[in-house]
Amino acid sequence: MSILIDSNSRVVVQGITGGEGSFHTQKMIEYGTNVVAGVTPKKGGQMFENKVPIFNTVQDAVEATGADTSIIFVPPAFAPDAVVEAVDASVDVICCITEGVPVNDMIKVFSYVTTTDSILVGPNCPGMISVEECKLGIMPGHIFKKGPVGVISRSGTLTYEIVDQLTRAGIGQSTCIGIGGDPIIGSSFVDLLAEFEEDPATEAVVLVGEIGGSDEEQAAEFIKDMMSKPVVAFVSGRTAPKGKRMGHAGAIVSGNTGTAESKVAAFEAAGIKVPVTIEDLVAETGRAIGMK
Amino acid sequence: MKIHEYQAKDVFAEFGIPVTAGRVAFTPEEAETVAKELGKPVVIKAQVHIGGRGKAGGVKLAANPAEAKEKASQILGMNIKGFPVQKVLVAEQVDIRDEYYCGITVDRDERMLVLILSAAGGIDIEQVAAETPEKISKVHIDPLVGLWPNQIRRAIFESGVDVLKMAEISDIIGKLYNAFLAKDCSLLEINPLVVTKDGRVLALDAKMVTDDNGLFRNKELLKFREIGADLDEIEAFAQENHVTYVHMPPEMRGPVGIAGNGAGLVMTTLDVVARAGLKPNDFCDIGGGGNVEHTVKCIETVLKDPAVKGFFLNVFGGITRCDVVAQALLDVQDVFPKGFPVVVRLTGTNEDKAKEILEGSRYTFVPTMKEGAEKIVELINGLEASA
Repeated sequence: MSILIDSNSRVVVQGITGGEGSFHTQKMIEYGTNVVAGVTPKKGGQMFENKVPIFNTVQDAVEATGADTSIIFVPPAFAPDAVVEAVDASVDVICCITEGVPVNDMIKVFSYVTTTDSILVGPNCPGMISVEECKLGIMPGHIFKKGPVGVISRSGTLTYEIVDQLTRAGIGQSTCIGIGGDPIIGSSFVDLLAEFEEDPATEAVVLVGEIGGSDEEQAAEFIKDMMSKPVVAFVSGRTAPKGKRMGHAGAIVSGNTGTAESKVAAFEAAGIKVPVTIEDLVAETGRAIGMK
Repeated sequence: MKIHEYQAKDVFAEFGIPVTAGRVAFTPEEAETVAKELGKPVVIKAQVHIGGRGKAGGVKLAANPAEAKEKASQILGMNIKGFPVQKVLVAEQVDIRDEYYCGITVDRDERMLVLILSAAGGIDIEQVAAETPEKISKVHIDPLVGLWPNQIRRAIFESGVDVLKMAEISDIIGKLYNAFLAKDCSLLEINPLVVTKDGRVLALDAKMVTDDNGLFRNKELLKFREIGADLDEIEAFAQENHVTYVHMPPEMRGPVGIAGNGAGLVMTTLDVVARAGLKPNDFCDIGGGGNVEHTVKCIETVLKDPAVKGFFLNVFGGITRCDVVAQALLDVQDVFPKGFPVVVRLTGTNEDKAKEILEGSRYTFVPTMKEGAEKIVELINGLEASA
């Protein structure tokens, strides 16, 4: 079991013939992901690597292949349109990898998505992986190991670092999701924590936050009130200065909001452990799942 | 991207938002000329990308052109919180009856734009929000229907601004919203929006921040871009070379040069180094899929600050390939001064190839981020002890 995606997911890749799209489609197929279609306008009828049929529109792809999950590898100017196209084709789970999407477009797209049953993850995210079942994203597949811990994170490489250490410590993962580093993203910590709470394969959750915004504070409230499963949190950017954007568009301390201190304080007030080092995070997670 | 007040006022004018008459001047003589053209008392305002100009002495009144020249010469060349003043706005003085705050920005929590209107204008709106939130009216804007006149009216009634000026103020807010969307702003603010004693409603100041991700469809905004205007010398070098780099502020800056891949991992690297006992000097993200030349540029950027006494490279390769980073490290071996400690952590995609490439090199290799942080701190401390 897993959340959002599993071995039954039928994946359509939007932008399959682009540089990123073709490279990562190969990697996803190698991982075992069931990639059933690709979309590139005007290349409909062709095949990708003799394996995957290409369509002109997502609607065509869905009708012909039963695709229910989409991953988007199109440039920022076209990514919002690609999300709307997937929503209109009634795709269940849409994951937008693209970095650099204008915030005002995302506000509009987010608002539209919420009027439908589609779930959007991203943009500017590494994607998600339900371990040994389906990889929908750009993460290195080999570091993951099947197990009982869900991981949800605003950052890509930091997730790899944490997952790698969990795996080395013998702690496997159920589903790992990068929600993205932008100020406006589709699914938040709260949305996906609710999914983990319902997932029988997940015993505990590792939540990886960073400076900027107040998603972590909202997550802390949600965990306190709504979650029975243990959550261990990590907050990066403790040494980040105010007013400077630390790589991610969303990672900036503005005024007195979005500081690492306020996030750590919110988690601790909700009774959630916030280890300072990844080594301690791994140890704490081990305890949460009853490892000796 | 931050836009200067005088430039933002040009945008206002383009959208029909009334502003005071005036224009930019680069020399005291030009300021005098502008004051002559305006033919009335003027205000001289420093044009820098930082708030608090007034308190720092960057805004002065002048009764006549000669005084305008003198006051401009005082402001030009000033340094406001590290930003040198290279130009001033010379604008007509107006007799103010009321001052309001009016702004549109992104509310991340609600994932919507929000219109903020307050009768408490001319001062720090964040302070008003913290101390007297009842003085602020907020309207969240549903992006699918936009901002409607009844919503603006509600904000006007609630905020305590003069309802007799409702028609003018509504009009200005509608135009402000149009400008916000058209120019892909993340903040567009009039503070203060004034009602003059002779009954005019005017934008006395303008603050505009645009979303760089929207520049592809607003190429005309590129003329406002000033490389390095809100950056220090090394950050400006980084920007020119497309390196994602943040120099720590002087009071937080230490001797450890840092680079890594991915924003979250690099931020954590800073945290781990600080925890190991020495302050980081910078944040440098070499990014995903970077080639050899780009990686070399990143390293050069970090080494530009002479306060950097050692370098820690922390890479967890996903898209980023360790062999590419290793090749870059091989190419820059001579860039590092003799005896300068360099600690490298390279894990992930093509890790083994990387090891082959760097065999016999002068770098210190570590398997984990924590050990890397401890090692670089130990080596830098060792240098100081032996010096």
